[in-house]
Formats: sequence, structure tokens, C-alpha cells
Amino acid sequence: MTAAAPNTKRGGTDLDGGWKIAIWFLLPSLIGWATFIFFPVLRGIYLSFTDWNLLANDGEFIGTDNYATLFNDGDFGRSLLRTLWYVLLNIGSQTIMAIAIAVAMDRLTRSVVIRGLLLLPWLMPNVVVALLWLWMLDGSLGIVNTILQGVGFDEPVRFFQDTGKVIATVAGINTWKFTGYTALLMFAGLQTIPGTVYEAAAMDGATEWQMFRRITLPLMRPVLALVMVLTVVGSFQVFDIVQIATGGFGGTPGGPAQASEVVYVYIFKHGWRFGDLGYAAALSVVLVSILLGVTAIQLRLLRAGESDLS
Amino acid sequence: MRESKMLRLFAALLAMAMVAAACGGSDGEAEGGGAASGEAPSFDEPITIDYWLWDGNQQPFYETCAADFTANVQPNITVNIEQFGWGDYWDGITAAFASDSAPDVFTDHLARYPEFVESGVLVSLNDFVERDGVDVDQYFPGLAELWTSPDGDRFGLPKDFDTIAMVLNEDMLADAGITTEEFANAEWNPTDGGTWGELIQRLTIDTNGVRGNEEGFDASSVEVYGFGLEGAFGAFGQTTFSSFAASNGYVATDEPWATSANFDSPELAETVQFFADWIAAGYVTPIEDVESLGGTTIFQSGGAATQTNGSWMISTLSGDATEVPVAYAPLPVGPEGARASMFNGLADSITKSAENPDAAWEWVKYMASPACQDVVGSGAVVFPAIPSAAAIAQEAHTANGVDVSAFTVHVDDGTTFLFPITDSASRIEDTVGPVMQQILRNEGTAADLLAPAAEEVNSILGS
Repeated sequence: MTAAAPNTKRGGTDLDGGWKIAIWFLLPSLIGWATFIFFPVLRGIYLSFTDWNLLANDGEFIGTDNYATLFNDGDFGRSLLRTLWYVLLNIGSQTIMAIAIAVAMDRLTRSVVIRGLLLLPWLMPNVVVALLWLWMLDGSLGIVNTILQGVGFDEPVRFFQDTGKVIATVAGINTWKFTGYTALLMFAGLQTIPGTVYEAAAMDGATEWQMFRRITLPLMRPVLALVMVLTVVGSFQVFDIVQIATGGFGGTPGGPAQASEVVYVYIFKHGWRFGDLGYAAALSVVLVSILLGVTAIQLRLLRAGESDLS
Repeated sequence: MRESKMLRLFAALLAMAMVAAACGGSDGEAEGGGAASGEAPSFDEPITIDYWLWDGNQQPFYETCAADFTANVQPNITVNIEQFGWGDYWDGITAAFASDSAPDVFTDHLARYPEFVESGVLVSLNDFVERDGVDVDQYFPGLAELWTSPDGDRFGLPKDFDTIAMVLNEDMLADAGITTEEFANAEWNPTDGGTWGELIQRLTIDTNGVRGNEEGFDASSVEVYGFGLEGAFGAFGQTTFSSFAASNGYVATDEPWATSANFDSPELAETVQFFADWIAAGYVTPIEDVESLGGTTIFQSGGAATQTNGSWMISTLSGDATEVPVAYAPLPVGPEGARASMFNGLADSITKSAENPDAAWEWVKYMASPACQDVVGSGAVVFPAIPSAAAIAQEAHTANGVDVSAFTVHVDDGTTFLFPITDSASRIEDTVGPVMQQILRNEGTAADLLAPAAEEVNSILGS
């Protein structure tokens, strides 16, 4: 997100003039970025070294005390593990389904209507999604349990209220919400693979599965890498659906019995319920560091910068 | 990115964070700690007071109070009332304090105000009360003292009170051949539920139409539960377990602002275990359903024949919008030989963000006076803190055809206990709440699970 200067490799003579024009185009977004992202991030880092109280809006510098507490905080560790389990379920199911949909669309249809329909769940606000599924999955009044009981289930399935099911339920909902969008990103990546490759493969007698394994999947790697980085980072930040759907109208967000207390819910709790903004900031800084690490590993493993297409 | 580069980046960020700290560090102290001067000030310039409340049902009556206040008392002070739902209200207040944009005056709750006191964001009313000679004995006994901190500072003037009672679905009672009087005379104990428990069993019906007290009752397939939990228990169970536990001899904290709590009390464990057992037996709504849609939704959709609820819900439960005909009965008499209802009161507090604490005080004083409380009482929404105004409320309810004596009998008979005021209520809630969820799911016994939670609470309160 730095101000990109024109190609500097040649030490171009028009560099100065271009820069002057570019700065005017970049300035509006730079100001917004500095105001709403850069400064708050710095402020957050500073707050993590204080015992800032949210209500009093005041606090003192306490060095690394928050971080010392944090590394002995078993609840934080457990919330991280819970989040990791959620990410595995969410990204696993979502990516496989998105690839399947993207390839099917690429090979079968170019219908704009279908593409539009795929995006529908993604267009819905998270709060609406959470309330929608809360009602649909309710044990006594929800339509899903009515159907399940119609096909032979004796007991209602407590999707949100069973400590063993709540994380999988939230993962399922977010998969439902984001698969279409992810599929569309992948679909766009598939468009860059030349049709001639498939024609040549077909001439050699390759089956559809072989073409997918040997051509589509390897050539999709750059776009897959991009999509994975975006979705994994996004998935770690799961919050609103948990906060609303597990809270319900009588429960506690992150419940039952902390079974869905993912890391963002944990941070929110410390910052907003307990007013311990300093500690919440420290938790956030650690989370950001973890996400940076995860992203770096992903980019390396997926060799995101390279393509097999040359 | 190579390691050294990462390090340099981190160092640079850290340095800039220090700069950010220097820029924003000194804005903490909000001015305006309302020191009342010797005599009452006059207000020559127009002043607007921002006032927040969460109960939409009460808003019209406070609008009337505000209009009367401007017309009759302080012509230069206008009150701007804003209402938010209960959930948004507290997050909104927190955010407002954090951004120095809190309202001048807001409706405060006993569960929350200790944390505000701890953070030093409320104005002490002592000097104002003394200067204007406000009679704090005009309210129901105990209500005014609830708002006094251990240091002797008063942070709110009482506006109303609430108690708990049994809420009964009249149709279902009639079907079972049970009268409201039977509930009023019922006794409860944590061993077999007593006569109260027998009524609850008779009101429970499984999907085959078999009642809970009859042969062949199927606990795994219940159509109507005899008793519906109002909500998840939480730490203090105001509308759920507190009445039963207290009638069993449980006291949550020995005194307001205590430095330890009694979550390891056997009387509490017995009570909570009773409800866990009765959920398993099919007479009480499963906690899972309650957490999802809320106990009142279940009651109002006919999923439970009775519940316990607070007096602030009367206008909702008996209102025109409900299809369930409702009657109220006092809580059952417990093993200790008496009923017990939590006695909770709301008050209005002045924030340190108030630009003109003197003007804010005038509004608080007016709301805590008979002039405004009579208006609020006539609305038949809550019971005002002043007895004569509460009588008006009771008459207004009677005029609407609703008998609310089940709520007031606890005050008349002195069978109330005060809301347990503690520091760090959110942390206690966060410690005990999940444990209650486990107990009611029968994932362990109440005695086993409450013991470590009690220890944790005491370490929170002791620190």
C-alpha cells in the first residue's frame, strides 16, 4: 500500500513529473488510509503497553505486563485453538466446494444469472445471516429441525446450543455465505488458462479428471494462493455471526459454556465487556502477528508470485 | 520478507507507536466533576440535557416529564431523550464514555454501576442532595442506599423498583383444573419440588397428551413444559433461580460491595441442581431452547405454561399484542418458610461528561420527585420508587384489568432481598454464566462445577 512510483528501473527522465501527478491521485486514499488504518494501528500497538480503561478513557504505561499475562492466559490459548479448528472446517469445505463450482461453471456455463445467484449469500449482511440461521436452526421452532424430524430424527438437533456442534455450525454458515464469492474469484482465475491447453490435452485423449488434475489445478495456483490468503485471514477474524447467533435471545455470545468463544469474541469481551482495552489491544497485536506469520507461510508454500503458464 | 527487514519494520512501527502515544495520551481526564456550590444556580442561558433510557415502554411518560420540567420548573433547560434497546444500550454507553460523548444523564442499573464507579465516570450527588435537602427517605426502604458506594458517595436517585412473580398461562391452568390461588399458596423445596412442583408436573403435557403427573409420561417428547426458564441463569439469576435459591436460604453476597461471594453455598447448588434435574425429567424447558429464542418467546408461543418474570414485563406480558391470557401469582414459599423476590431498583446517574452538572442535577432531581414519578406511575409500566406513585401505578394496572398484587405483595410483606451489588460484575458473570450453562445441560453436578467457579469469583473480588 505504498505510493507506487512509475517504473524506476530505467531511471526514467519523466519520473519527477509523473510522481507529481500521481501524488494528487493517491492523496485522497492515502489520507483515508492514514486516518482510519495506519494511525489506529499505531495507537493500538501503544495501547497494548498500557492498562487503558475503556470507560475512563485513561491508562498508564505498564510496559510488557499485558504480554506477560497473555502468555499465561490459558483461555486465550483455548480461544486460538478453537479459532484454528473453525478455520480448518470453514476453509476446507469452502475451498473444495468453490473449486468444484468454479470448474463446473468454466466447463459448462457462462450464464451471468448463475454467477449473480452465486453471489447472493455473500451480499447479505452478516447480522441478517446470523439471525436468519438462528431462527432456521432453532431446536423447537426452526424449519431445519421440522424437516429433520419429518425424515425420522427423534430429538431436535441443537446446532448452536450443543457445545460439540456450535463451531461446525458457524463454519457451515460462513461456508454457505462465502463459497459463491470464492468460486467467482477462482472462476476469474480459470479464465486466464488458454483454451488451447485443454484442446491439446483432449487431442491426446486426456479425461476430464486428468485435465483437472494436470492442467486446471496447477495453473490455478496463483489465484488459489490469493484466494487462500484472503479467505484464511478473513476466516480467522470470524466474529459477528458468533456474537449474534450464539448469543441468541437468551444465551451468551461465545457460548454455550465458551464452546464458540473464538479469538475475536475473546478480544471483544476483554475490551468491551470488561473495559480492559489495554489487554484487548495486546491480544489483538498477538493475533495480527500470528496472521502475518500464517500469510507468509502460505505465500511461500503456494509460490504465489510464480506461474506455470510460461 | 527477510528477517532483518521484518525486525526493522517492527522497530519502526514501535517507534511510531510511541509518537502516537505522545499525541493521544493526555486526553483522559474529563472535566466537570460537579462540585455543587453553596446555593442553587439559576439558568439564564438555554441548556439541553441529553438523557438516555432503554425501556421504550417508558419513553412516552418521560417525554411528558421532560415537557412538564421545561414548562413548570426550568424554562431554560430542555431535555433530549434517546432510547436504545437493552443490548445496544450498554455497548452504546460504553462506547460513548470511551469517546467522551456520553449523555449528561442516563438510566443506570445496579449490575453495571459499580464498574462505572470504579472507572470514575459518574458524578457524586452528595453535595447536590445536601444543598437542595432532597429527602432520600421518601423512597421505598433500601432503594436509595443501593446507590451509595462504600466511600459514602451517592451515584443515583431512585426512580423505580421491580420484583419477581410467577407468570401463568390462564388457559393452560384452566385445562389442568388449577387455580391461580393454588399457585399463590404453593410451597417449593429443592428435593421434590413440593406442592409447587406438583402443579408444574400437572401442567406439563407430552406429545401424546399425557400429563407429567400421569402414568406413561414421555419426558423425551414434551409439547408443553410446566415451567419455563426466563433466560440462561447467569451469575445472579434475577428472573430465574434467585427467588428459589433465596427462599432456600441462599445469600449471594453477605453485604453490598462484599469482597467475597457465596457461590459455593450448598443452598445454591441444591437449587440449581433441582432445575437441572427437572429439565432432564421433562418438566422445565431445556436450556438450549431458552438460550436460542429466549424464555419469554417460548412462554408466549405456548411452549411453557408458567415462568417467573420481572414486574417491568407486565405491560408486555399483559399487553394487547399478546395472545396468551396471563395471570400473576406470588412466588412459592420456600424451605425457609417465606417467599423471596429480588428487589431491584433503577436510578438516574449524572456522567462526568455532563457539560453542566448543575442543570443535569435539576433533571435528575425532578425525575426522582413525586411530580414525575406520578406521571410514570400512571403509565402502568413500572413501579415508581416513591410509594404514593407506586400506588398510582397499581391503580392504573387494575384499571387495565391486570392484577399486579403478586408483584407488590413481596414489598408489602417484606419478602424481598436486595440485588447483590459487586465490583467486576461482568467478570463474575463471565465466570459463573458458562458453569450454569454446563449444569443445566447436565454435564456435571451443580456442587462439583460451582466450587471452582466460587473460588475464581472470590479471587476476582479479593484482588
